[in-house]
Amino acid sequence: MLRYTLKRFLSLVLSLAVASIVIFIVIEIAPGDPASFMLGMNAQPETLAALRSELGLDVPKVQRYLAWVSGMLTGDFGTSYTYRTPVIDMISDRLWVSLPLALYALVLSTLVAFPAGIFAASRRGRAGDIGVMGATQLGVAVPNFWFAMMLVLIFAINLRWFAAGGFVGWDKGFFAGLHALTLPAIALALPQAAILARVMRSSLLDVLGEDFMRTARAKGLTERQALWRHGLRNALIPVLTIIGLQFSFLLAGSIIIEQVFYLPGLGRLVFQSISARDLIVVESVVMLLVFSVILVNFLVDLAYAAVDPRLRSRS
Amino acid sequence: MKRNLILGGLLSGLFLFAALISFVWTPYDHAALDIPNKLQAPYAAHLLGTDHFGRDLLSMIMVGARTSIAVAFVAVGIGMGLGVPLGLWAAARQGTLVDELIMRGNDLVFAFPSLVIAILITAIFGAGAVNAIIAIGIFNIPVFARITRGAALSLWQREFIMAARVAGKNATRISIEHILPNVTNLLIVQGTIQFSLGILAEAGLSYVGLGAQPPTPSWGRMLADAQTLVSIAPHMALVPGFAIILTVLGLNLMGDGLRDYLDPRLRVARS
Repeated sequence: MLRYTLKRFLSLVLSLAVASIVIFIVIEIAPGDPASFMLGMNAQPETLAALRSELGLDVPKVQRYLAWVSGMLTGDFGTSYTYRTPVIDMISDRLWVSLPLALYALVLSTLVAFPAGIFAASRRGRAGDIGVMGATQLGVAVPNFWFAMMLVLIFAINLRWFAAGGFVGWDKGFFAGLHALTLPAIALALPQAAILARVMRSSLLDVLGEDFMRTARAKGLTERQALWRHGLRNALIPVLTIIGLQFSFLLAGSIIIEQVFYLPGLGRLVFQSISARDLIVVESVVMLLVFSVILVNFLVDLAYAAVDPRLRSRS
Repeated sequence: MKRNLILGGLLSGLFLFAALISFVWTPYDHAALDIPNKLQAPYAAHLLGTDHFGRDLLSMIMVGARTSIAVAFVAVGIGMGLGVPLGLWAAARQGTLVDELIMRGNDLVFAFPSLVIAILITAIFGAGAVNAIIAIGIFNIPVFARITRGAALSLWQREFIMAARVAGKNATRISIEHILPNVTNLLIVQGTIQFSLGILAEAGLSYVGLGAQPPTPSWGRMLADAQTLVSIAPHMALVPGFAIILTVLGLNLMGDGLRDYLDPRLRVARS
């Protein structure tokens, strides 16, 4: 297990290093100097040069890359060009909206998908199965931001159960915050729940055909007992992969959903920063998103090994 | 089994047809403003209603279908054009450094969700349909590389490949002449699925303003326009929404149907 973990960890660090280089290069070749953007067309060359050195833009690129990376490692993401506040503060403020939203959606989608997938698998080929599968086809086809607009129309504008947008803040209490994130989380969760239910179903169906399931039945367990004691645990491996993959879709998807609900999350920060050419913010947010995807995949790999002892011994 | 294929083909065919027809005919000029008739719900003169400028929604949907289909089509083309050769190469050199590099590169691209790639590209080149194509296309490359490699690896173990090697063919020729034809079915099915994902991605990017720019009509931007008006003119959101859902649903059904149809094992079982 230790060797396996170390190997995965090494590949995590390597991926992060390459990703940070790619992001840095991409942002570097972006046209438009932040300093000249901030000062406008008529800036004096001396003022421009002064601002450039203040922002650290006159240092060689390699040195800037190293400063950026080593800064991030110590929690210093630099200072926003436009707001003149530390990027880390801006990001952590927004993260308190985006991260709970993605997690909320993940929980919702799992809560819906597991029972739906198990139900469909246990009624294979019958009306219940066909119904669930039809619903998932539809769920995959619906764009989540459109679904979000429909939720606003029905539950916020017509029924007035929820606010149509904005975020009250967590200082108003945990449940008030959760309440404000409910519609966005449902919208975000829908397509993921549909995918997850399909994976859950097909993975369970694969497992149900295995010899050990027949053995379990033969030793006197009921269909249901065999499913819960032996089937689920074995069906969980592909499901875990998908949950890991989905986290990145949820985080990226929250960027779009935040636009529908005017939520002050990472997505809005990115779009504001792009239009203000505040590239250091864009750079850091993108790095953070990629970091979280790579980290979650690493954790999923470890979870695999925990669920499936075969993986541990193989490496 | 066939039902999926036919229904899916009809649905996606309908939108392809609408896109093609729009080159020669639309009920109205899709860009023509008609303020007195703004925000009309569907009625005889405007079958799908009008938007906040009085533009005919049916005409906009038809022209918007062009954008969606073109973006998704080219993006899948990029993904296949680069991903398939990479996958074939990795499989032919299984276990070597090349294979390892290609697969790790894939993992790395997967860590950048297509929206994040789009954000990066927009930060450099600005928003636009071409940049949306690149963003979705880049994301498609590892999808095709992975699926091609996976299928090719098992083919390399088969006797007919062994026979080709004995006959003196090199790895490149075997990949092109024997492996590729045998993974084509798989690629067609995956291509259909990526096509539908591309349509969804294009809509999402246009919705947040990273995709096609005015005056190019696109379904995603129609939804963005509808957002503030959804309570007084719900049809403005419903019409493009259903266009996206039906197209994506059609493509997914077609993908499922094609998989069943093209899989020889299932065909034998049927006959």
